Amino acid sequence: MIHAAENADGTVDSHKPVFVGDVKAKLEALFPKYPTKQACLLPALWMIQESRGWISEAAMAEVGEVLGVTPAFVKGVVTFYTMYHTHPVGRHFIQVCTTSPCGLCGAEETLQAILRESGCGELGATSPDGRFTAIEVECLGACGFATPILVDDDFIEGVTPERVPGILAAYK
Amino acid sequence: MGYPHPSHPKETVLLSKYFGDPVARTYAGWVERGGYQGLRKALAMPRAELIDMVKASGLRGRGGAGFPTGLKWSFMPKDDGKPHYLVCNADESEPGTFKDREILRWTPHALIEGCAIAAYAIQAERIYVYIRGEFTEPWTVMTRAVEEAYASGALGANVFGSGTRIDVVLHRGAGAYICGEETAMMNSIEGKRGNPRIKPPFPAQAGLFGMPTTINNVETLAATPHIVMRGAEWYKAMSLSSPKSTGTKLLSVCGHVQRPGNYEVTMGTPMRDLIFDMAGGMRPGRTLKAIIPGGSSVPIMSAAEAEDCLLDYEGIVAKGSMLGSGGVIVMDDSTDMVKTIWRYTKFYAHESCAQCTQCREGTAWTTKVLERILSGRGKQADLQLLLDLADNMTGKTICVLSDSCAAPVVSGIQKFRGEFDAYIAGARVPVLAAV
Repeated sequence: MIHAAENADGTVDSHKPVFVGDVKAKLEALFPKYPTKQACLLPALWMIQESRGWISEAAMAEVGEVLGVTPAFVKGVVTFYTMYHTHPVGRHFIQVCTTSPCGLCGAEETLQAILRESGCGELGATSPDGRFTAIEVECLGACGFATPILVDDDFIEGVTPERVPGILAAYK
Repeated sequence: MGYPHPSHPKETVLLSKYFGDPVARTYAGWVERGGYQGLRKALAMPRAELIDMVKASGLRGRGGAGFPTGLKWSFMPKDDGKPHYLVCNADESEPGTFKDREILRWTPHALIEGCAIAAYAIQAERIYVYIRGEFTEPWTVMTRAVEEAYASGALGANVFGSGTRIDVVLHRGAGAYICGEETAMMNSIEGKRGNPRIKPPFPAQAGLFGMPTTINNVETLAATPHIVMRGAEWYKAMSLSSPKSTGTKLLSVCGHVQRPGNYEVTMGTPMRDLIFDMAGGMRPGRTLKAIIPGGSSVPIMSAAEAEDCLLDYEGIVAKGSMLGSGGVIVMDDSTDMVKTIWRYTKFYAHESCAQCTQCREGTAWTTKVLERILSGRGKQADLQLLLDLADNMTGKTICVLSDSCAAPVVSGIQKFRGEFDAYIAGARVPVLAAV
C-alpha cells in the first residue's frame, strides 16, 4: 500500500514502499535470525536509508507495519540513533570526529577546512550544489589516527586541513 | 607484526601478532597460523572444565569493568531448556580506545573462534556480534569471515562434526555510545532505543529477549583460544605485578605522543615504558602534563602519578584512576585542561540516553557551566557548582554514563584548579564565544 505522511518540515510525500522485491526478500531473510520481528528494526532502517538516502515519516509507518510496531515506536528508535537521517542529506555525507582525543590533535582545524572546502559552511548544512552534508560526530574509535572522518562508508584516517581538498575531490 | 608500527621489543605480542597481515584475515590463512585449534579442543572438553580453565587463567573483562570472565560464564544456568545467548560487544566507542577495531579488521577469525568457545561454554546456540555503525571496514571484514567460517564448518548446525550448533549474527549499531553498555546493547538488538536497564535482573538470569545472556568484549573473547590451547597456568604466569591482573592487554595510545597506536603488554608493565618507549614519548620540546589511562570515563592522572604507575587493574587504582578499556590519552604541557574537560563533558551530554534526570540534566549543565568559564564569564562559585553537580551524578543513575562525565571534572578541578581559576580571574583569553 502507499503511505502518505506529513514530515517534520510540513511537507507531505506520497511514499513508494521500500519493502518490495529484493529489499523485502533481504528483510525476510533476517527473520529466522531473531526470535522477534521487532528485532529486525535497526537492520530494516538501514535498508530504508540505503535505498532512499533518508528515513521519512511515511517510511517509518511502512516499516512499523511490516514489523508489527507502531509508527510512534519506530520514530522513537529512529531519532535515538544519530546515524539515521530524518531529512534528506547531500549526495555524500561527511562525519568528522571532534571528540577530545582528536580535539587534542587538530580536529577543529580539520572540521573548519571541511566546512569551507565542501561548501557546507556550517554543521548539519548541505552545500548549495547538493554534493555534501557535513556533521561533527562523537568519537569514531580511531583516536590514534587523528583526525578520522567518514565520507559515506569510507573511513579515512589522519585527515589534516591540507588533505581536505584532495579527499573531497574524489566525491562528485 | 605490529600495526601501524612494527612490534616494540617491550611488547608481548599475542592478540596483535597478525595485525597488518592481510592473509590472517582469511579462513585458510588463519588455520595456517594455528587458528581454530582452540575451538576444536574446547568442543571436546566438558563445559564445566572449560569454564574452570578460564576462571583459573585470571582473565578479566577487557571492555572496562574488569569482571572475571570465567565467573561471568559460570553464572549462566545449566540445562534449563531455555535458549541462551552470547553477545559480543564490538560497539567500541569509548573516547581514546581503538583496539577492538584492529581485532575486528585484522583477525576476525580470532574473534569468531573466541565467540564460539564462549558460546559452547554457556550453552548458547546463537551469538550476536554488535558492531558499531561507524565501523564500516570491520563490518565488511567480519561479514566475509563469518561466511567463510560457515562454509568451513566452524559455524553452523554441527560445528566441526561435534554435534554442537553455533550461529553468529552480525548486528549493526546506528550511532549511540550508550549501546556499549550491556543492557542498552540488548535493547538495541531487540529493536528498541538503547536505554540501559535496571539490574537486577542480571543478564545471566534474564537478558536478551528475556533469556540467559552473557555479554563479553571483543578483546576478552579473542584471548580465550590462547587460554584453551596453552592452559590457565601459562596465561596466569603473564603478570609482572598483581596476581589479580593476568595475561596481556591491548593499550591504545593517542594524543600528544610521537607514535600513537596499539601496543600489547603483559599486565604490570610500567606506564613509563608504554608512553616513553613504545609510543615514542612527547613531541620535541614538550613535557608530559596528564594522562587518562582507561578511556575518557576514568579520572585524569597527573604526570607524576602516571610516571610511577603500573599498567594493570590494581596498579592504576592505586594511583587514583582505572584501567578501563585501555584507551590511554596523553596530554602534554600545551594542553588547555579546561577546554579538554569541556570537550569530554560535551561528549557525555550528547550521548546521554536522557532516561535518568541526574544524567540528562547533569551532563548538559556541567557542559554549560564549563562553557561559561571558557567564555570568560565564569564565577568562583562555579567550581563548587561543578563539584555539586558531579556529586549528584555519581552512583545515582541506572548506568555509569553520568559517573563517567563527572570523573574528568572532579579529577580535573582537583589536579588542575589553577587553570580554571585563571579563566575565572580573566587571566586567560576566553576560547569560546559568549552565548
